[in-house]
Amino acid sequence: MLSTTKKSKKITFQRAAVTVVAWLAGLIWIVPFMGILMASVRPQIELIHGWWNLEEVHLSFDNFINAWNHPTAPMGQGIRNSLLVTIPATILPLIIATLFAYGLMRLKFPGRKILLVMVVLLLSIPQQMVAVPLFRILNDMNLINTLPGLIITHTSWGLIWITIFMRNYLSTLPPEMEEAASLDGANRLQIFFKIVLPLSLPGLASVAALQFTWVWNDFFMALITIYEPNLLTATQRIPLLKGQYSVDWGVLSAASLIVTAIPLLVFVFLQKYYIKGLIGWTTK
Amino acid sequence: MFKKKLRTFFEVALFTFPAIILLTIFVIVPAVQTLSLSVMNADGEFVGLQNFKEVLFSKNIINLDRFPFKSPPWGAIPDNAIWILIHLPLVVLLGMVLAVLLKDVWGASFIKSVIFLGMITPMVVGGGIIRFIFDEHAGVVNAILRGVGLDQFVRSWTAYPDTALLALILGSVLLWTGFSLILYSSGLSTIPQEYYEAAEVDGANGFQRFVHITVPLLKPVTITVISMTLLWELKIFDLVYSATGGGPGGASTVLALRMYSLAFRALDSNKSAVIAVLITALTLIIGVWLSRANRGSED
Repeated sequence: MLSTTKKSKKITFQRAAVTVVAWLAGLIWIVPFMGILMASVRPQIELIHGWWNLEEVHLSFDNFINAWNHPTAPMGQGIRNSLLVTIPATILPLIIATLFAYGLMRLKFPGRKILLVMVVLLLSIPQQMVAVPLFRILNDMNLINTLPGLIITHTSWGLIWITIFMRNYLSTLPPEMEEAASLDGANRLQIFFKIVLPLSLPGLASVAALQFTWVWNDFFMALITIYEPNLLTATQRIPLLKGQYSVDWGVLSAASLIVTAIPLLVFVFLQKYYIKGLIGWTTK
Repeated sequence: MFKKKLRTFFEVALFTFPAIILLTIFVIVPAVQTLSLSVMNADGEFVGLQNFKEVLFSKNIINLDRFPFKSPPWGAIPDNAIWILIHLPLVVLLGMVLAVLLKDVWGASFIKSVIFLGMITPMVVGGGIIRFIFDEHAGVVNAILRGVGLDQFVRSWTAYPDTALLALILGSVLLWTGFSLILYSSGLSTIPQEYYEAAEVDGANGFQRFVHITVPLLKPVTITVISMTLLWELKIFDLVYSATGGGPGGASTVLALRMYSLAFRALDSNKSAVIAVLITALTLIIGVWLSRANRGSED
């Protein structure tokens, strides 16, 4: 009896110690993000000496309004452009890559194995490897410096990982239902849209969450394809908000929160699929 | 018979051609062109490995006059190498230890979410955050340094050649730990509780259990974390671009940034292609290592 209470006391103490250590470690992440949050709602004059000084606090949304309507890099316009790029650049590769993955798996045609190996090889190509010729090709097609140019770039780029991801996902689906539908006289396209796609919804949700976030967060591809000030995406505007020597931390923080809010919403609503997709993708 | 063949062809075309066409025009052709640019001069004449010799031995890539004993700029390869040497062990260690610490602690899911915020944040924003936390007056790091009496280190870290790269690396640890934490957390949940109970009966303490059960059983996760993190470090760009622009004085110009500035500032496609090929080659090496290591851990 005595020894069990002793033991449980020891366990309680240990748990309390672990909790304290975990929270102290957590502070390393909590404090910087809290800083951004605080800076976004306080005037610059209070931030110069540290957002943690709470002697005089004036809360307002001025920084958000100023970031949204910023004279050189209005975030409102950036959010609009980013949405116009990200939504099609999520849906298009999702459809094209799932068609491709299904075709590579079910259709028997010569060269399909080589095609799959080639797509796997393309995975290891970094964006830097295509940057300069891509710029020239888009330029030749009159797509440089246009939102469709960026959409097609992200669509092609997304195809690579989504094809592999969906190929792995589709191979876990039971083929019986497709066979039954085929016996009922349905053609490939009907089978694909009526049976395969509905069965793949969880996988498609993971892909959509990740592709949306990656396209939204992209900076490099946007930087090389778009330079017209009115067409810049949201992420492209962040570096334009700060001068070389003095930075308006409040406006920068508010703009940062505005840009991050969209992928954050995607994460909050699709958390399960997001994490499943990330883990499934990296540890396949 | 012919009709059936034609139908099969249309089927194959419908499912595969859109992807094949897009991949060919916007990925494969540009990649092959970059490869050929790297062995040509500006006039399009074949010059063999001339560009590689010029680029890889230039001061922008490794500056042996200054590296490692004088102050930066040291060149892109040392910059990326230092990044890997500091960032990789920290990310692996922090991710694993935090995953264990946060297994069942009051508020664990809140702490995990905050750490994971770094993964959702665009890296361009991440660069701004790094500048902010290391700012001389507005930054929390310098406030802490002042608080503990280390006044000689107080400064805007990203504005000085000696500290810019270190600030970026430490900041990138902050932003990337969410990745390893999530992978390790999901890996931990697959380890059967009985292993720990058996070890406890045998008298193993918490540290011994961590070293002898947790670490070896998480090896497949560690392989993934290491390879994905290496790839990320190799291609790091957005964060540096927005925090320092590669400066001051080139002190944080990593490979991808050097590639960009050669291509789109200096307009030297051939030299930029060399760096692109170099990054790709390193990526391939990591990819091969990953697939071998994965096969090894399955046995």
